[in-house]
Amino acid sequence: MAKTSLEPRGSIAVRRRFQLPIVDSFLWLVRIAAIVLIVVGAFNSLTSGRLSGQQWRDLVVFGIAQGSVYALIALGYTMVYGILRFINFAHGEVFMIGAMTGFYVSDGLSRTWLWEAQPFISLLIVLICCMTVSALIAVLLERVAYRPLRGLPRLLPFITAIGASFFLQYTVATLFGTSVKAYPSVDALTGVVTFLGFRILKVQVLVIVAALLMLAGLYLYVEKTKAGRAIRAVAEDPEIAQLMGLSVDRTIVRVFAIGGALAGAAGFLFGLVFQNVHFLSGFLPGIKAFTAAVLGGIGNIPGAVLGGLLLGSVESLGPSLVLVGLGIPSAHQLKDVVAFLALVLVLIFRPTGILGERVSEERA
Amino acid sequence: MAEPTVAVEVPVAAEGELLAARQVDLWRAVRLGLVGGLTAAFVSANGMVAAFSERAVLGGQTLGSLLLVAVPVLVGYLAGRPPPVLQGFATPRPGWRNVAGGLVAGLLSGVVMAVFVTLIATFDVRRILINVTPGLVREAPRLLTFGLELGAGGLVLILALNAALGAVAGTLHLLPARWRRAVFAAALWVLGFAMLQPVIVQVLRGIQAELRIWTAPLADFLYEPTGALSVPGAVAVAALAFGIHALLTREGRRPVRARLEPLPERSRRLLRLVVLAGILFVLGLLPQILGPFLSEVLNIAGIFLLMALGLNIVVGLAGLLDLGYVAFFAVGAYTTALLTSPQSSLGVGWIFWAAVPFVVLAAAVSGLAVGTPVLRMRGDYLAIVTLGFGEIARLLFLSDWLKPTFGGAQGIIQVRDITIGPIEIGGPQAFFYVIFCFVLLAAYVTYALQDSRVGRAWMAMREDEAVADAMGVNIVTAKLSAFIAGAMLAGFGGALFASKIGSVFPHSFSVIVSITILVVIIVGGMASVPGVVLASFVLVGLPELLREFAEYRFLIYGALLIFMMQRRPEGFIPSRRRAEELHEEEISQDAGLRTQATMQQQAGPAEDGRNETS
Repeated sequence: MAKTSLEPRGSIAVRRRFQLPIVDSFLWLVRIAAIVLIVVGAFNSLTSGRLSGQQWRDLVVFGIAQGSVYALIALGYTMVYGILRFINFAHGEVFMIGAMTGFYVSDGLSRTWLWEAQPFISLLIVLICCMTVSALIAVLLERVAYRPLRGLPRLLPFITAIGASFFLQYTVATLFGTSVKAYPSVDALTGVVTFLGFRILKVQVLVIVAALLMLAGLYLYVEKTKAGRAIRAVAEDPEIAQLMGLSVDRTIVRVFAIGGALAGAAGFLFGLVFQNVHFLSGFLPGIKAFTAAVLGGIGNIPGAVLGGLLLGSVESLGPSLVLVGLGIPSAHQLKDVVAFLALVLVLIFRPTGILGERVSEERA
Repeated sequence: MAEPTVAVEVPVAAEGELLAARQVDLWRAVRLGLVGGLTAAFVSANGMVAAFSERAVLGGQTLGSLLLVAVPVLVGYLAGRPPPVLQGFATPRPGWRNVAGGLVAGLLSGVVMAVFVTLIATFDVRRILINVTPGLVREAPRLLTFGLELGAGGLVLILALNAALGAVAGTLHLLPARWRRAVFAAALWVLGFAMLQPVIVQVLRGIQAELRIWTAPLADFLYEPTGALSVPGAVAVAALAFGIHALLTREGRRPVRARLEPLPERSRRLLRLVVLAGILFVLGLLPQILGPFLSEVLNIAGIFLLMALGLNIVVGLAGLLDLGYVAFFAVGAYTTALLTSPQSSLGVGWIFWAAVPFVVLAAAVSGLAVGTPVLRMRGDYLAIVTLGFGEIARLLFLSDWLKPTFGGAQGIIQVRDITIGPIEIGGPQAFFYVIFCFVLLAAYVTYALQDSRVGRAWMAMREDEAVADAMGVNIVTAKLSAFIAGAMLAGFGGALFASKIGSVFPHSFSVIVSITILVVIIVGGMASVPGVVLASFVLVGLPELLREFAEYRFLIYGALLIFMMQRRPEGFIPSRRRAEELHEEEISQDAGLRTQATMQQQAGPAEDGRNETS
């Protein structure tokens, strides 16, 4: 205290001029380095011809299938962020619970005749169960954990969401066990379809088609129905929406329910592709889907879809395209590093995302 | 606190008259009862009751049955509590309503539990809910029905016991506040003595072994051979606690501080020295008294405390929510391992102290590397990016790519012990002193920084970054220095961790470590050193001590985070300033009410407006 001098240590403007350029040039350096590395890596891998054209196409297909699952999860993040301006960190767990439900229901159904006789009807039943359970969990979460904190500093609901995330993870772990649950196989979904030179696994076809259908449905719902208009209105300005006679609470519950249902569907599709689920399955896809939401522009529904597909492709192609090209051994191990790097780079350099203009720096 | 935006309107009553008192809400009791019953069913289904039944705590009772009994007591107490007194309303007189509220809540929790017990007795759900073991209801020991068979009074027992306990808990509200608090104090002490049995027994025996004071018979009196608190022991502890509390809160008692005030400066300084010497003496003997196992527990808690103090600077003082804090811990640990292990890729095998400057350097550089790109970010985006950095660090340490340097999944082994001159510090008891010194350093740094120029800059930034910037706080320096200071403390934590374990594996550095530290500082109280110290012992030390908690540790952490944010976002031992920030609205509301009250000059009891929101 005593040493504090009253003499101003240079005006703010002067200090700005000296300091921010250092930070800015550092960020530019990072940007340039990232671009150079990507270009060099991609150039090396493409010219080396280590992977055939067919293998590249397989990676693209895998990326898109993966990406459509991310897109479904990302919608939950983006819609909640659009309305409440906070990251529902526990959304990944809602997804995981959907996948868990999928396991238990399909495991039960696979012991009945229906599973063999009518595979698609049984898959539909499982899907509906997953969506219902996840939607219920999401709504419960909103009611118990987030609603009492609405309007308080945003870090409070965010920390609550972290707590909810761990609570849900370990609830599942302690109730259902920590073992990896293997999905039953679906005979109708084994095999490959060839389409425009792309070899696509039948499971991937199902995942992509189901995701596209749901996305289209959601788009129509939000753009064309009255409830969708209410959602957009509340996202725009909750107070005015309330004055106009909309129930903000009900709209928020609806958003959580839709987001949860989509995450539940994503969980089931994820389970079909990867054939297994356990209590930590939600963490990584959750973070990646959030990345996808930011990448596309948070609060923006088509953006989330775009971001999801893009992130899925980056994650699937990135290691083989860039990392192998840079001479990094066993690059597939670094798949998650690529996704996290994408997250960090997107948040640092373009927090508004590709399509989004809504979240300004001040909000982010 | 839960709904702070309640409009405060003083109900208009006739001059000097009060509206009828607000009474215990029956619906609230019903809701609480249902929630309580569901909680009890949940902890039974996830195996907590069964796991906790391994530990005998009180007479013949186990921690598991204590858990079951605690539910109706808690909901009964909450349901029987009269609602906060609003200004203009009469204060409700305690009466049968409090008991009835408790009874209803307890009974309903019993009903839910009875339904649950009947369900798991009828259907075999073990294939899905793996922790619903037959030992809960179907076979002996029938934990949920306290040993009785369902038909033979088991259900009746559950219902009657829950209702009775709820009612008893509701009855507590009939006591005057002072006696009620004394009862709480007694209950808490008994609980503490029962849970801390390994510590207390060890301390009593250790004192006898080290200081030749005859304390071991006390341990035999307090505890049964099973490890449970004996009934006479419990009575003695309860009586002691009740007496002490009653004495301390007797009317007209002046607080210690006020009594010391008139003493001359010299004797006060002497007193302070004596107290300090006493504390140092106790701490010096502590590892000997505690023995190797408890010292080890203390050391683990100490390392987490060191990191919590570091994160406290970043999150608590500067308000930057860092979820990738474990990365700095990992950097510290790997730097130490690389420099001191003869097996590492560098293979230099230095002594620990030679590595310390490099740990500081590496931590500072990584703090800078994480801090610079996120300068423009705030709040939750910052948290997610740092989380990403933390995961990237772990995955890189784990990867085959960097295996030649960091050893991949095999990590680095044979990290050297710390040496002081020729003395090698092996064993947890000696290690305690090293950790203690570092913690002391961290606590000193925190206090010193808190009141420094940069500390004030951090706090200003935490409250409002734009305003702080406009007032001339250098945001760039403030943020980076917070990151660097936090990273250094975490780096020390990592260095100590590496030499304590003797090896470093990437699996020790998962995101769960960051979350644990976050829980510690949030529960303890952000920006509050005493809170962080206490919380790290309770939240990290206790689960290490009572292994049956281990499996449920993160479940409890998650629930705690949710609970804290809703009820006490400032933590249990808050820093005053932080609490004021978080309750700004209520405080201004209080001030407003107070002016209102003085202006109206009402004859009625101008209750402090705080009741509105508590």
